Amino acid sequence: MAKRIDVSGLSAYYGTTKAIEDISMTVEPRSVTAFIGPSGCGKSTFLRTLNRMHEVIPGARVEGKVLLDDENLYASAVDPVAVRRTVGMVFQRPNPFPTMSIYDNVAAGLKLAGVKKKSVLDGVVEKSLQGANLWNEVKDRLNKPGSGLSGGQQQRLCIARAIAVEPQVLLMDEPCSALDPISTLAIEDLIGELKSQFTIVIVTHNMQQAARVSDRTAFFNLAGVGQPGKLVELDDTQRIFSNPSVQATEDYISGRFG
Amino acid sequence: MTSSPPVASGGRARRGRSDSRRGDSIFFNLSRGSGVLLLVIMAAIAGFLTYRSFLSFGHNEGNFFTTFEWLPDAPVPTFGIAVLVFGTIASSIIAMVIAVPVAVGVALFISHYAPRRIAQPFAYLVDLLAAVPSIVYGLWGALFLVPHMSGLTSWMDEYLGWTYIFDSTKTGAAPRSLFTVGIVLAIMILPIITAVSREVFKQAPRMHEEAALALGATRWEMIRTAVLPFGRPGVISASMLGLGRALGETIAVATVLSSSPVLSLHLMDPGGGTFAQNIALRFGEAGENGRNALMASGLVLFVITLLVNGAARMIIARRKEYSGAN
Amino acid sequence: MSTATDSVAVAPQLRRGLTTNRLPSWAPAGIAVLSIVIGVAIGLLGSLDSKIQWGLLAGLAFVGLTYGLSAKVEGRRQAKDRLATSVVWLAFVLAVIPLAALVFYTVQQGASVVDARFLNHSMKGVLQTEAGGGVYHALLGTLMQVALATAMAAPIGLLTAVYLVEYGRGRLAKAVTFFVDVMTGIPSIVAGLFILSLWILLFGFQYSGFAGSLALAILMVPVVVRSTEEMLKLVPNELREASYALGVPKWKTILRVVLPTAIGGITTGVMLAVARITGETAPVMMLVFGSDIINENPFEGPQQSLPLYIWQQYQTNNDFGYARAWGAALVLIAFVMALNLVARGIARWRSPKSGH
Repeated sequence: MAKRIDVSGLSAYYGTTKAIEDISMTVEPRSVTAFIGPSGCGKSTFLRTLNRMHEVIPGARVEGKVLLDDENLYASAVDPVAVRRTVGMVFQRPNPFPTMSIYDNVAAGLKLAGVKKKSVLDGVVEKSLQGANLWNEVKDRLNKPGSGLSGGQQQRLCIARAIAVEPQVLLMDEPCSALDPISTLAIEDLIGELKSQFTIVIVTHNMQQAARVSDRTAFFNLAGVGQPGKLVELDDTQRIFSNPSVQATEDYISGRFG
Repeated sequence: MTSSPPVASGGRARRGRSDSRRGDSIFFNLSRGSGVLLLVIMAAIAGFLTYRSFLSFGHNEGNFFTTFEWLPDAPVPTFGIAVLVFGTIASSIIAMVIAVPVAVGVALFISHYAPRRIAQPFAYLVDLLAAVPSIVYGLWGALFLVPHMSGLTSWMDEYLGWTYIFDSTKTGAAPRSLFTVGIVLAIMILPIITAVSREVFKQAPRMHEEAALALGATRWEMIRTAVLPFGRPGVISASMLGLGRALGETIAVATVLSSSPVLSLHLMDPGGGTFAQNIALRFGEAGENGRNALMASGLVLFVITLLVNGAARMIIARRKEYSGAN
Repeated sequence: MSTATDSVAVAPQLRRGLTTNRLPSWAPAGIAVLSIVIGVAIGLLGSLDSKIQWGLLAGLAFVGLTYGLSAKVEGRRQAKDRLATSVVWLAFVLAVIPLAALVFYTVQQGASVVDARFLNHSMKGVLQTEAGGGVYHALLGTLMQVALATAMAAPIGLLTAVYLVEYGRGRLAKAVTFFVDVMTGIPSIVAGLFILSLWILLFGFQYSGFAGSLALAILMVPVVVRSTEEMLKLVPNELREASYALGVPKWKTILRVVLPTAIGGITTGVMLAVARITGETAPVMMLVFGSDIINENPFEGPQQSLPLYIWQQYQTNNDFGYARAWGAALVLIAFVMALNLVARGIARWRSPKSGH
């Protein structure tokens, strides 16, 4: 069920400001691809173009192509809502719906899609929570509000919510930046398990994390303040961290940046 | 914050200290005095109204709650608030039924639907309209809306007459009815409900909106999942604010309504009355008992308004717990 | 994992392609135009005399057509989304039309009346059944009454707010807070009735502008307390502590540090409250009595006020009176709007955060 992503010539704008310029890359299915780079280099923006979340910001627009197994996400007949159902997303800060219970949070996507049968929902909720390694912790309090969980649990709840609608791709925007080290470890383990079913793209500021969880790593950089971000190189994670082909990548990774 | 003045040393400072102490105590007593004065005024109003109301109850041959007529200065004083309670509540309900959904729609329009270039100036305009004095709404309602209402009322009479409520039995009379009053009140309270609701909707956390969108929600589903549950308490308290205004509105009702001591469920027939309109109409020629009776009705209006405001405050207080959760 | 195969069978809703049939982007505009045509056509053919009916028909057609077409082409979920969008737009139009009509009609009716003569003449010697006359006496009366009310309400409100925020703890503060809330709920006519019975009938004072301003002050105080309280709470505690640390006594801290920081917001709040009471008709009509001549002394004898003037001219029931009522309404709106604009300008210009 995982799909390949082919991006070609993609630029994204906020109003008249160009945030990223002419990015082309391929993301392999059933693997973890990490995006690293300095703040403001547009890696989060790029991530959000992969499920058409970029355009929900007023004035934002995208040029170029994103192919999901040969289907262009930005073709005129494509429904952005359908795209977001196919390409799930986990955000930087855990954001379970505060007015919903744990159960309703996980079932939210399915309910939106019109699934009403209790038995179906029950099954999916349990599977998704198990898939997110959260089932054992919350199975006795499914009807309690999701906001009562710890930060790490909330983030896994959000992952469960995202995988409950069975996306092909899972985008993660710095999913651990708001979490403590132990919760971070739990999420990283989870990512390792999830990649057998999903194509995973993760933005991270933490280079050790990129090295630990990803199969391939993309380094983004910007020429200067006010310049659009660009993809510098994309390669196997091992190569990026041991022997990158571009000097800028090596400088960034070894901390000789700026 | 400490309330004791800081300790200083030296002769000059000692004088400064007693100065500052005196200053502190003067200022403290002045500000506390204002608070006390406020309490005294409130107590005076409440006490005076209650006292006068009870005076009037002694001179009433009718039942205060069930009598239709308002004849407190007649040889046999008879007066009751039945018509006024009904008229006040009916016109306010009509106003709420029309204004709240429209206001929520307009608030959503400003916060989530309109292109930014329209939303900003329009929001500003709504704020300004909230300040238009009610006499202007009344004047407009009486001179512009009433003549334009006849088509609508005859139409509703034709197609909705079976509901009884919208059955006009006095066709041909100018529609200076509780229904028209309700519409004028609706237009009057629309800006204030919109302004408050819009602020609440704008504060809906962006991260929850994005979470809904990322799950494949359409815009409407996103609003239902992330915006409306968050904004509901705010909308309710905004509506209560509007309701409070509609209940106590005097002059817009007095200009539009052609009043009579009739309690009729035919809301589109001219007639009926409201508390505030009744007071405005009758205080001029009222005698001693008449004024006391009017004050009794004013007290009832006051109590109703208080209950509405109290309900609004409870809902706002509940909302505080709510937002603490995220 | 078996999740995929299981759910494919049970939840087919999830397994749809990315492309869906969609209405073209001009569809909403097209449907809107079509609906207006339908509304006008039915209105003309059915000879409905009220434009309100035409509009309602067009609105219904818009919502119905949007939902129907979308449900047919795009499916139920999209149709619901479009239904919501069309209802929200319709609400916008429904709100704009009467509010725009109100402003437009007032300006249109009033503009032909308001001129320099109208602004600087009273109604002295003008019969109700003839043209002419002006609002000078009413404008003057309103300005005096509002100024007096503000002079009473603003200091009391401000000091009460200072008490509640800076000193307030314990039972008295709680009682004050509670009764300020209660006071916000006093219907304006009840405030008028109270002053009428107490001040004029019981104490035996005359009808006067001052009597009116007493009632206006009662209505104004709670508004001033509330808005000032909000503004004082926004002043960061660090500022107060910094001042205490310099050895400044508390009352000086409040006067020199806290109030100046919040002054922009406080001014805005007071001005909005002033705008609010300027348009109050009910209490004024009971207390100032109304007058056709200029009375420059608000403490003695009947005075006129703008809202009351509008009400009285409306009650003349003739076109000359109506014309004067519209003229006065325009003057009143212009005055209130100007107050509002200035108040908001101050708020934007000197918000507490950027204060010094």
